[in-house]
Amino acid sequence: MLGAVESAGSFAMFVAQVVFSIRHGFRWSTMGPLLVEIGFKSIGVVLFTGCFIGMVLAVQAHMQLAAYGAATRLGQMVNLSVIRELGPVLAATMLAGRVGGSISAEIATMRMSEQIDALACLGVSPIRYLAVPRFLACLILVPVLTVFANFMGIVGGWVVATKIHGIDSYHYWQHASQSVDPWDHMMGIIKALFFGGGIGLISCHVGLNATGGARGVGIAATRAFVISFLTIMMTDFFLGLFFARITPFMSQIMGGSQ
Amino acid sequence: MSSGTLPALEGPATMKLEGVGIQLGQTQVLRGINLDIQAGQTLVVIGESGCGKSVFLKLLIGLMQPTEGRVLFQDQDLKLLSEKRLMRLRLRYGYLFQSGALFDSLSVEENVAFPMRQQGLVAEDIMRQRVAECLEDVGLPLSLWTRMPSDLSGGQRKRVGLARALVMQPAVMLYDEPTTGLDPIMTGVINDLILKVSKSRPVTSVVVTHELRTLATVADRVIMLRPLARLESWESQLAFEGTPEALRKCPNPVVQAFLGGHSVAESGPGAHSTQDSAHAAAPRGIQP
Repeated sequence: MLGAVESAGSFAMFVAQVVFSIRHGFRWSTMGPLLVEIGFKSIGVVLFTGCFIGMVLAVQAHMQLAAYGAATRLGQMVNLSVIRELGPVLAATMLAGRVGGSISAEIATMRMSEQIDALACLGVSPIRYLAVPRFLACLILVPVLTVFANFMGIVGGWVVATKIHGIDSYHYWQHASQSVDPWDHMMGIIKALFFGGGIGLISCHVGLNATGGARGVGIAATRAFVISFLTIMMTDFFLGLFFARITPFMSQIMGGSQ
Repeated sequence: MSSGTLPALEGPATMKLEGVGIQLGQTQVLRGINLDIQAGQTLVVIGESGCGKSVFLKLLIGLMQPTEGRVLFQDQDLKLLSEKRLMRLRLRYGYLFQSGALFDSLSVEENVAFPMRQQGLVAEDIMRQRVAECLEDVGLPLSLWTRMPSDLSGGQRKRVGLARALVMQPAVMLYDEPTTGLDPIMTGVINDLILKVSKSRPVTSVVVTHELRTLATVADRVIMLRPLARLESWESQLAFEGTPEALRKCPNPVVQAFLGGHSVAESGPGAHSTQDSAHAAAPRGIQP
């Protein structure tokens, strides 16, 4: 119990230091290589994941809807599920594994080989030099990659609906466009922002506090993924509750269909 | 002294430890250390593994803060400095890590240029010239300058680490076991480099080592630490403080056992302390 409180306190201090560092002298030039590593190199896996999310969803949803004679509503169900929920959550989960584990292992290795101490000795804040750019890269890129995942999810769902289940493409898109409004997209993007920020902060914090040599690096990578995944799930739940309350209001403001 | 503005510093710096102790988790690592490190002096810290030598170095540069007592750099208490000011102060230090601690993703040249580039105070051409001077000073062949750290031998990594530590022209140089893991020839080369640095620049040096050859080559003054686990609460952690000559003549069996390469474990708690050692030089400031 005491350990958990201590960890929470340490994490809160770390977040405060990251926020302070962004406001005081952060160099954007350090972001370039990270944008390629975290963003560009993750596009393939995110597109692949997104596509199969949409296809699996279409297969499962079709069984339910066809029983009620509402198979043409498949587009509505697939697109809403992908955009609001599954796209952001699964894209973030993939990135927690691919990027979060990698960030944590890299920083933990630097900790073990005294490179973090070397940074501090050279008058460079490890938080400013290592954590801030990685946090910002995750914060910016997870929403962008979520858009890619959503797009491929929609395409995957459409392929299954029209090519396998024989649903007319016109009806598929008509129902989809009637039921999905701009606020639905916004919800997914806001969730992705929280997930991305969480992955970046957790992975850096775990890496910076790693101990125990080579084994410690492995533990840090696993720990970063597990904590990030649990955080994604919990954040998704609480944001879901919050959005459920404000959705009628927001849909009206943003000119939605609901 | 307050944490006011940093004093201008042209030459080597003085450092002082007043009643310094540190506890890491449940383990007390250092206790009651009082020490003056004079400007321009080369202090060598010896002792068995686990006696707190590396922690001692990290206290001097503020990477760790003492749980008791204070560490002073030019009469400034490091504990009272803000993180930002401590970062600035560290630019006056050079630190050679045991492993070299070179940045994996940067080439040799980029590693040495790193502190200057991060401070952004110097034009690119001046910086390149300074980097070249430092790499030449440590005798690293030109053909290695564009290599990555993973392509270097242990001795080459130490040289690059030394060049990186020297590039900001520090007032204090800290060496953490600079010759550990090196062959005898490379040990001699690194020892000569440490000596060259201390003779050619106005710098105060602290060298943590197990190697008696390093001690004999570079030391102006020596302290020997003992692991607290082997001491009674009233015993001093400093088994010896004085010149290298006094160390050789010191009758304290703990010191002689270390110099002779024998284990001192069998000495047991309370076997010998500074108070017992009548010939231990300058026992000033050692707390009972």
